[in-house]
Amino acid sequence: MTAQEQTMKADASLKMKLLRQMLLIRRFEEKSAEMYTKEKIRGFLHLYIGEEAVATGVTAALSPDDNVLATYREHGQALARGVDPGAIMAEMYGKQEGCSLGRGGSMHLFDAKTKFYGGNAIVAGHLPMAVGMALADKKMKRNQVTCCFFGDGAAAEGEFHEAMNLAALWQVPVLFVCENNLYAMGTALKYSHAVTDLEKKAPGYGIASATVDGMDVLAVLDAAHKAVDTIRTTGKPYFLVCQTYRFRAHSMFDAELYRDKNEVDEWKERDPVTRLEEQLTAEVALSADDVLKMKKEVEQEVDRSVDFAEKGTWEPVDQISRYVYK
Amino acid sequence: MTRLTYREALKQGLREALQSSDKVFLLGEDVGRYGGSFAVSKGLLQEFGPDRIMDVPLSESGFTGAGIGAALGGMRPIVEIMTVNFSLLAMDQIVNNAATLLHMSGGQLNVPLVIRMSCGIGRQLAAQHSHSWEPLFAHIPGLKVVSAGTHEDARKMIMAALLDPNPVILFEYTAMMNLEADMEDPLPAVDLSKAKLRKSGKDLSLITYGSGVYKCLHAAGELAKEGMEVEVLDLRSLRPIDTEAIVASVRKTHRALMVDDAWQSVSISSEVSARIMENCFYELDAPVQRLNGLEVPMPYPKHLEDAAIVQPSQIVNKVRQMLG
Repeated sequence: MTAQEQTMKADASLKMKLLRQMLLIRRFEEKSAEMYTKEKIRGFLHLYIGEEAVATGVTAALSPDDNVLATYREHGQALARGVDPGAIMAEMYGKQEGCSLGRGGSMHLFDAKTKFYGGNAIVAGHLPMAVGMALADKKMKRNQVTCCFFGDGAAAEGEFHEAMNLAALWQVPVLFVCENNLYAMGTALKYSHAVTDLEKKAPGYGIASATVDGMDVLAVLDAAHKAVDTIRTTGKPYFLVCQTYRFRAHSMFDAELYRDKNEVDEWKERDPVTRLEEQLTAEVALSADDVLKMKKEVEQEVDRSVDFAEKGTWEPVDQISRYVYK
Repeated sequence: MTRLTYREALKQGLREALQSSDKVFLLGEDVGRYGGSFAVSKGLLQEFGPDRIMDVPLSESGFTGAGIGAALGGMRPIVEIMTVNFSLLAMDQIVNNAATLLHMSGGQLNVPLVIRMSCGIGRQLAAQHSHSWEPLFAHIPGLKVVSAGTHEDARKMIMAALLDPNPVILFEYTAMMNLEADMEDPLPAVDLSKAKLRKSGKDLSLITYGSGVYKCLHAAGELAKEGMEVEVLDLRSLRPIDTEAIVASVRKTHRALMVDDAWQSVSISSEVSARIMENCFYELDAPVQRLNGLEVPMPYPKHLEDAAIVQPSQIVNKVRQMLG
């Protein structure tokens, strides 16, 4: 049975795992916003609310040996990858118990243990690195995939095109995942791209591509399994475009002048968390009590992450120059 | 003793690096089939094969970033950016990724990467192909920046850079490729962090690096005929700068002249001058002086190109004035 068929037969327990993961991301992000208004979290904070199905579905198709690189809107990917929620919250607090020692904050989550390579905040700057990591895997004959998340904005950058060309030229195992949330900060896709079907950019480089409803975690998981299977079999790169939407502002400093409230409301009708929750309750795999229990557990986990961050400590100033050089 | 060109010295260094481990590979524009833009890697493709000598498309940001990723993945890449002039296209990768990752990740990720680039004037290559941009890179914490001003360093710096767990920018000099010199064989390993006294003297310190080293040695030779004993200190490492060696030299000679081809404002020479003021001001018998490239885009005609960079005769005249 291929991984794809396995997904088709995804049992209730897998679906429940996916739901729990998305609920955790959703609640974690809501709590992050709250902590931001309390000024516990500062700097830039980019929330993933609305896009949970993408990180959850794609990450579920990866193995622990695979590399993951993401953007500055990466809390969801980090959580889905298994980075400890407490370490992420502490990182956003700037505490040294954070996953990057508090040095990076919201935009720079790193965790070598789970092979989570950021947290990269120059749009498209991590794409060439992803190609290089996959090149290293190929040279060292490790059957691993490097999964690189980025947004529709990145697809307009030169580094996207350079990375696509290099990945195809070198035939390296990279999964490029474009989270098309329709806005590069406040500039709509149609004002950024002459060709707005982003998956069409791949064939020009000789890269297989697909597009998927990024508001449906099961569809994302299917598409990601297919992509990862293809990469592991062929060793070649793959471009997966997930059509998604962020429900919240770009960052905490965004008055959202560039989009219509009705548009946001329409997309909220397609909430990926509610969608799976409803599906599971309809299939009678999950009772209202089960859902409540799950939400409570998630709530507790998020609360524990805040406690952990609160109890965290500040890195002594005299260590500021540590790790400029190894 | 072997007599060889600067180009051959670089090639020997590269070969030694490639022989040291299967994890080492060279990637850059035209490094393979063409043989290297300056023929430095000529023959290495045949010797090591296409997996170790990788030609890349013209995409400086892409392949420099790939080098960073490969280093993170456990390989030991040597990225060749054909010339420093094209390095700005890779600056995002160098500054925002290579130089930053270790600190930003709280010490989790280091980038053991060597980036080589040819620097300075060629033969009348005009404003976009003649840059001396060592100071741009020396400004950046997280990078190590070294400059091969002699054949010995051309031969040995690549290996030393590879052994460093940090990203190292290695500058080589286009105008010196055909220059011949005698070299000991075998050569001892170099310590990348240390400046080197190329000539000892008691009257004045010429402090230089890169394309300035041989010019200063030449000038020192001329001055010796007039009875002036001038010291030549080759900084070699531009980040970090070996302040101790500078101070030791100034304490001995009490006079310092900085010589290099980069633009003067906000440069290595500014930095060295400041460090002398901070560390040994009272040792000075005269103000620190500087000779630098003129602050103009490099003109094409030979006489204007000559006028735009430091000439040995200028060094001789300046020293005469300072000691006069």
